Amino acid sequence: METIDLRGVSCPTNFVKAKLALEDIETGTTVEFLLDDGEPVKNVPRSLKADGHKLLGLKETDGHYVLTLEKGED
Amino acid sequence: MADVKIDLKNLKAGGFIKERGKDLFTVRLRVPGGRMSVDRLSRIARVAQKYGKGFVHLSVRQSIELININFADFDAVVAELGEEQKVASCGARVRVPTACGGCEYNPNGLVDTQKSALEVDEKLFGTVTGHHKFKVGFAGCPFDCPKSATNDVGLQGAIWPELAAGECISCGLCVKSCTEGALSTGEDGKPEFAGQNCIYCGDCIKVCPTDAWKAEKRGYSVRIGGKWGRRPLVGTLYATFLPEERVVEFIASVLDWYKMKAEGAGRVRIGEIILREGCDSLLDHLRQDFPEYVLDQTILPQIIDTQLPLQQQQDS
Repeated sequence: METIDLRGVSCPTNFVKAKLALEDIETGTTVEFLLDDGEPVKNVPRSLKADGHKLLGLKETDGHYVLTLEKGED
Repeated sequence: MADVKIDLKNLKAGGFIKERGKDLFTVRLRVPGGRMSVDRLSRIARVAQKYGKGFVHLSVRQSIELININFADFDAVVAELGEEQKVASCGARVRVPTACGGCEYNPNGLVDTQKSALEVDEKLFGTVTGHHKFKVGFAGCPFDCPKSATNDVGLQGAIWPELAAGECISCGLCVKSCTEGALSTGEDGKPEFAGQNCIYCGDCIKVCPTDAWKAEKRGYSVRIGGKWGRRPLVGTLYATFLPEERVVEFIASVLDWYKMKAEGAGRVRIGEIILREGCDSLLDHLRQDFPEYVLDQTILPQIIDTQLPLQQQQDS
């Protein structure tokens, strides 16, 4: 599974980077994003959900978050 | 200037405001909710170019004001602005409602404030209060960019959340997102809701990856009695989860109470009348038609004494 590391990237740049990364990925593919605690983990999953991707899970590991999602239709 | 003729009907609802210079006026346009078509904006720009002196002013309440307009040009300005370019009001009337962008494109918006602002503008704009101005403002969520509680009636979008526990994946995001202490993690790893701390912002619903949180109730929190100016007051809560479709009716009911209770009081805002009459009288009045939304009790408008430091200085 592809992992996109968005740690250290602030809002809204992290969301735009996530969108760009998803452009190169096939619909239906599962990917994971690494997100910082705080604003990033509150904002990015919500914005990706609004963009039509399916959020599969979110868990905290070593001070950051791993968001798993399935890419939605383009 | 004896040959100048003005159609006085254009002046009736107000919106033409005397300026400092001889013969010059400001023409305040009616822009409910602060949104306008680009076509209208272009037309306003052409009229401003032709009759003004190079500038317009954006009012604090979201309207465009044509400035430095000669009174002899009133009729031409009104005619060239076109039918839908209504001039706003001033004086003791219901003013043009303000609103945030609302839920259509702002991801925080919980209700359609633009729609509400247009409805109130259509049904209540220009209503003569008999006493003083009457302002209505709409905020789509408790972030409250439009500062709704500083209006005579301020409405703020609100949501009451409910969890479908079966759809929850125990990610903890809602607990983390809730800044009000209304959510904590229970022993089963799922969120526990302490409703008394909830401010109805809907953050839990927006952040939930699986849509396990749902809106059980949606509507407006209504605050009454706010104003700014020389003696600021912050309005207080009278109703919660007022449905969007009953907003006009509710405001009309507040206006009825104001007209009745301010009789003979002169140029006084509703907040001052509540301070004089007490809030129970207004609660009782509103409860007649809106029993399911009106609170059991509330508090008086909150006085913001901006002059207090000066008085203390003099006293000491």
